Order: sequence, then structure tokens, then C-alpha cells
Amino acid sequence: MGTYFSRMGDGSPIEVTEKEIMTDLVEGSEDAADRGKIPPLTKEEYDYLLDIFCTRSKFVSVEPGNEVIMSYDAATLKIRRVGVNVDRIQALQIYEKLLGADTMELCHVDYSFKPIKPIAGFEQPILEQALLSTHIPLFYGAMPNLGLYSQPDGPFPNPSELLPMGNIKEAQEAYEAAVEESVKDIVYAGTLMYESGADGINLDTTGAAGDADFLAALLATEKLKEKFPDICIEMGMAGEFILGMHGELTYKGERLAGMFPHKQVKMAEEAGVAIFGPVANTNTSKSAAWNLARAITFMKACCEEAKIPVHPNMGMGVGGVTVNDQPPVDVVSRSSKAMVEICRLDGL
Amino acid sequence: MAITHAHASGMGGLRGAGDLVARVQMARGMRIKEAKEYVAEKLKVSVSELTDPIIMNEVRTDLGLGVMTPLPGVPKGIEAKFNMARVLDLDINCVKCFKERTSL
Repeated sequence: MGTYFSRMGDGSPIEVTEKEIMTDLVEGSEDAADRGKIPPLTKEEYDYLLDIFCTRSKFVSVEPGNEVIMSYDAATLKIRRVGVNVDRIQALQIYEKLLGADTMELCHVDYSFKPIKPIAGFEQPILEQALLSTHIPLFYGAMPNLGLYSQPDGPFPNPSELLPMGNIKEAQEAYEAAVEESVKDIVYAGTLMYESGADGINLDTTGAAGDADFLAALLATEKLKEKFPDICIEMGMAGEFILGMHGELTYKGERLAGMFPHKQVKMAEEAGVAIFGPVANTNTSKSAAWNLARAITFMKACCEEAKIPVHPNMGMGVGGVTVNDQPPVDVVSRSSKAMVEICRLDGL
Repeated sequence: MAITHAHASGMGGLRGAGDLVARVQMARGMRIKEAKEYVAEKLKVSVSELTDPIIMNEVRTDLGLGVMTPLPGVPKGIEAKFNMARVLDLDINCVKCFKERTSL
């Protein structure tokens, strides 16, 4: 029996048989179905994925006509991160002219809304100059990053210290206070960037610090939409389910802790989000087939529930992509094609 | 990784009509199929032609929507975005800001 080249979730190369691939596809999908209480993939979808994994080509792509829109997070810092020392406007031009981007995002290297607040006046002229010389839609992006509001980095007691001591009520109060301040910072920075001409605001890694982090992003979106009804807010998530660090926070009567993407998108819609970017995390101990089938199962359920455009995150360690700084072309292209053609999504 | 996704599944941005479809998706909340049909109708091309770089280069040049190679006299940057707003019948935020700041 022949074997096929594939990878583990950490990127390690492996050789697998058709039977092993199919076993992993089914197990990965059923893992997602069990956790999210959603349907697993169908037989046709497993067969389609098997075909992709058994293709001998290094690179695969969607069929013509199935192309979708690309949106990005932390775009400008990723060019400098690999040692290409261009300024941010040049980085945007690289995305626009050399990387085939459909949209792009200006960001600061300290990629959170709290540190942006005192330097927003320096960010705005860069954004304004970039908007004059570029063509494709330009977001301004940063992370809610609620962790920055806890001591020693921020003003409030640290829930990570309070919780192990059993001080649940104090930890919850600290989270609630952090949400209030985070909303103010996101609305402040988002307002200035939109008034400078940004085509949209990207709230990246939403939910990274748990349910309070997600709530901050939802409330900030509501406030920005009230001020600017035409503003486009893209919300990219941090993980596949919302960690219940506070545990009792709700939005529109729904408890946020424990939500998977198909429920997260409904909260985002209620808040006024224009583009939703769900996440499914990669397990480094499982194969690419397992991870991709699992990710697609989550994303398919999300797309079926969504009324707004959905752009699943497919960066390092998410969406079936391996956990490497430079994910290999073979696994990224397979994940890209499969995700687009099974889920009927609107972008990546 | 960005370039892998763009090649595997992307609309090609300025090489095609990817940025225009993105603008419609962002401004009108349209899903991808609707957004492509909207842009195709406005540009008077078929949906399949939206990702053809040869056809779209001609269309973008004719309509002043910005192209890959910045030739002399061809609308670029904010100039192209004025034309995008008119052709696609969209409000583009930076175009609005430009008009406000220049009393246009």
C-alpha cells in the first residue's frame, strides 16, 4: 500500500496511508462534533478531504470561481518580524503589490489597544499617509488584551493570583473593572483611527483572556457602531471556545463562557460586527488530517449559523495550519483549499 | 503564509477585483457570492472574470480603479479610491475624509 507525505500539527513530516488519513479525518471531525455539539462532516466531505491529502502535488488551490477575500491581522509587524526592515507604509505596499492581498491592516508593534492610547496621535498620520498612497481596504488593528489591565502591568488586582487563593468574587470584580477600561481604550483608539479615514477596525485575538476579554470587544463594537453606524468592525478570535475565567459574564442574556464559534458569531452579529473570524486550535500531537477535519467541522457549523461574512483564522496554529513561525506551503495550501470549498465561507 | 493563502484561495487583490469585492463585503455586509455579483455588475464583467488579471487590468485601467504598475497619469492611491467610490456606488471613509479636509 502506498504512503503519502503529510505532517503532524507541529509541522513534523510523516508518511501516512489512505486508511490512516481517513481514520484521522473521522476522529478529528468527531472530536469537534462532540465538543461543540454540532454535526460531524459527511461522507462526501471526508472523501473530498481524502483526495486533497492524497494529492502528490506540493501545492493545491481552489477551483477557479471559488476564490475568496483575504484579510489579515498584525500585518505590518509581520514584515519587520522576519527582519525585512521597511517602514509600515512600505510594508502595506508589500502586501498590496507583492503578496496579492485583498485587504490589509496597519498596526503598531505593541499590538494592543491599551498601549496605543497614549501614542494614537503618532499612529494617525501614518494611517492617513498610507490611505493616500494605497488602493486596497485598510484596517487599523490591535488586541483587546485584557491581561494588560491586571497588576503589575495594569491598575487592577490580578485575577490569576486571586483565583488560586479562592478569592473568586474579588477576581470577578477585577475582570469587570478591566472590561470597563478596555472598552474605553478600544473606543478611543478606534474612534481616532476611523476619523483619520480607516476602512475598518480589527479587534484581534478577541477572547484571549477569556469571557471578560470577549465581552470587552462586544461592548466596544456596540459603542463604535453607535458613534459610526457605517464603521466596519472585524472581530478575530483567539481560541475555539471562550474560557470562563470570570464564568458568569453574559451578553444579551447569553453566558459567554464555553461558547464555540457557531455561538460566538451570533454574539458578534448582535454587537454589530461586520466580519467574524473564528478559530479552531491545532493540536501538535495529532496529524494535519485530524486537525483540518476538526477545524472544518467547527467552521462549517459557524458559517451555517452566520448572517455576516465569516473569515476563519488560518494563521500559525489555527484553522488546521501547523504550529510553526513559517508554516509549510503543502499544509497551508491544503487547509486553505479545503476550508474554502467545504465551508462556503466568505474569506480567510 | 500570507502569500500561500493568497495563491491558494485568494482573489488576487489589485491583480483582479479582490479589493473591490472586499470593499463591498465590508460596506454592505454581503456574503461572498452576493459581493462578487454586485462588483461584476458594476464593472460590466462576468463573475469569473473578476479574478482574471489580464481582463481586470484592462477594466481597472479604463475605469481608473488603480492597477499594479503605477504608470504616469494613471489614477493611483486616493485618486483611484475616488473612482472606486463612484463606480461601485460606495461610501469610502478616506474619500469622505479627503473631501472634508480639502473642502471639496
